[in-house]
Amino acid sequence: MMGKYLRKRILISVAILFLILLILFLLLQFMPGSPFNDAKLTPEQSEALKKSYGLDKPVIIQFFRYVGNMLRGDLGVSYSISPNTPITTLLANRFPVTIRIGFMSLILGTVIGVILGLVTAFFKSRILKGIYSVLTLLGIAVPSYLFAVFLSWTLGYKAKLFPLLYDFRSPLYSSVMPVMALSFIVMAVIARFTKSEAEDVLRSDYVMLARCTGMSSRTIIVKYILRNSLIPVITVMAGLLVGLLTGSLVIEKMYAVPGIGELLTNAISSNDYNVVIALSFVYSALYIVVMLILDIIYCIVDPRVRLGGKAE
Amino acid sequence: MSENTKHIIEVKGLDISFRLPTGNVHAIRGLDFSLDENEVLALVGESGSGKSVGVKAVMGILPENAVIESGEILFNDGEETIDLLKMKEAARRKTINGTKIAMVFQDPMTSLNPTMSIGAQLITALRSHSDIHKKGAYARGVELLREVGITDPERTMDQYPHQLSGGMRQRVVIAIALSQSPKLLICDEPTTALDVTIQERILELLQSIQRSRGLSMIFITHNLGVVSKIADKVAVMYAGKIIEKGTVFDIFYDPRHPYTWGLLSAVPELSDKKGELYSIPGTPPDLSKEIVGDAFAPRNPYALAVDFKAEPPLFKLSKTHYAATWLADPRAPKTEMPKELADKIQRMKQEAKDYAES
Repeated sequence: MMGKYLRKRILISVAILFLILLILFLLLQFMPGSPFNDAKLTPEQSEALKKSYGLDKPVIIQFFRYVGNMLRGDLGVSYSISPNTPITTLLANRFPVTIRIGFMSLILGTVIGVILGLVTAFFKSRILKGIYSVLTLLGIAVPSYLFAVFLSWTLGYKAKLFPLLYDFRSPLYSSVMPVMALSFIVMAVIARFTKSEAEDVLRSDYVMLARCTGMSSRTIIVKYILRNSLIPVITVMAGLLVGLLTGSLVIEKMYAVPGIGELLTNAISSNDYNVVIALSFVYSALYIVVMLILDIIYCIVDPRVRLGGKAE
Repeated sequence: MSENTKHIIEVKGLDISFRLPTGNVHAIRGLDFSLDENEVLALVGESGSGKSVGVKAVMGILPENAVIESGEILFNDGEETIDLLKMKEAARRKTINGTKIAMVFQDPMTSLNPTMSIGAQLITALRSHSDIHKKGAYARGVELLREVGITDPERTMDQYPHQLSGGMRQRVVIAIALSQSPKLLICDEPTTALDVTIQERILELLQSIQRSRGLSMIFITHNLGVVSKIADKVAVMYAGKIIEKGTVFDIFYDPRHPYTWGLLSAVPELSDKKGELYSIPGTPPDLSKEIVGDAFAPRNPYALAVDFKAEPPLFKLSKTHYAATWLADPRAPKTEMPKELADKIQRMKQEAKDYAES
């Protein structure tokens, strides 16, 4: 049953990706200018360049040639920002950095957020509530680049603990500040969500019934509260992860992290079609894959999804 | 009901307030009732009359913002009398919850853990106080499911709550509540959230379990039809107090409090051709304000002048029958219940007689 469901999901995902690619391709045709905007080029030279890359053919032919090449793992070459470098090479250089920083921020933020949320929901202490409120409010209200500035000033400039700019010779060390800056919002969102879910579960009839049977608090927390309050948190995590991977652009720029955020802005401003399409496509694929993984996790942890919702 | 039998539960002068940001709400204003072994007490009253809060105090699951101002809840299962309110929460959990007192809630859709199988929930409950082996607990769980009328218990053990219907879920809840053989079972409107056709069956199940296990039961309901079927004693609550209590016969055939008259008049009758259903005028009082006199007085067409000034005590009308209304005072003018209600009671008596003869 699970296998059938997965096959269906994957087929739908492939169809969606194909559609996204088509739309991206068509949209790029409406962008002003061409990759070869150099004023020194004569119209004839420009035409010759276009012809050599096959850009003089009708869009639909370009599209199917692109899809065909893509299936063979060839995403084309960059036209302008790094001429004739295969895009797969560009991605291979830049993507791992973004992914690593994204995942590290997600894990750090989630761990701290879940602990903060659960602890605040369980113990009715005023001090804890205060800490929780300040941290979550700051995390949600203050944009991450402000944290980045703050961290640069304190940990970087004053304390000289971490490098101000990304240094590829010590990737872990120089990821600390970007990860901290990015994980703050993750922590805040997860903490708020976890707390409200845990409070709902604590008040629920089934926890009340469990208390009526005299189960120990430990049993109730482990078997009744943790799972039921953390399942919905998974959904939020997926959204945050995609946000981290695609939206860390400003942070990447501030710390000069050689990730894909920076690559995308450059590519768009210089009409580097292939890079734009490849990156947009990768972003879409990423989103769809994350959602697919999320569904699979849901299937594993939540019997209501796994077994279907039919009462007999 | 001789005087020297020990009550299994006796609530004395229980007084509970809720602390809200807007002020205190005085939810229970001096609650007194007692229950003997093997007896069923029905607590009846409108929403907000304090029925649920009262039994949650007995169960020890009041919400955080509830404060017990005064009172005692004495529990005795034949060995010694304990004041439940003086016990620490951990001690209560170890010695009372589940093993002495258990509870069934109103909504079976929300009473079960959605991410645990029925079997796991039953086994966890069964093992919460004893070192019973998992296999033994499983067998015991199957037995319990069979006792609550589930026909294929082995299959149900592997199922999750969402795969069961409302009636089935309520049976499982009852099985969990019964898992550690409590002496007192509290049922908080256990049939209200169910289909009418299922209500009857759950009620019959509870009744047969009460009889076969010799349970004492507190049954909260606002359905007087249910009361007449299941209860031995009835206590009518209004604004956080019991205003009339007695045997089922006392309350149904000889009600004395005008509020009880109103409740009984509001019960629809199949033979009622007029098609107009009586409802008690007005709304219950605001318990965040202090109540002067009889809380029911503003809605009471029979209210005397004294009702607005002084609160009536619980007058003893017979060995079993009590009512808190100044109408029961010997000095009060003689007041009869409304004619329609008297006729209705007459018809009820006749029906009961016909039924007994047939």
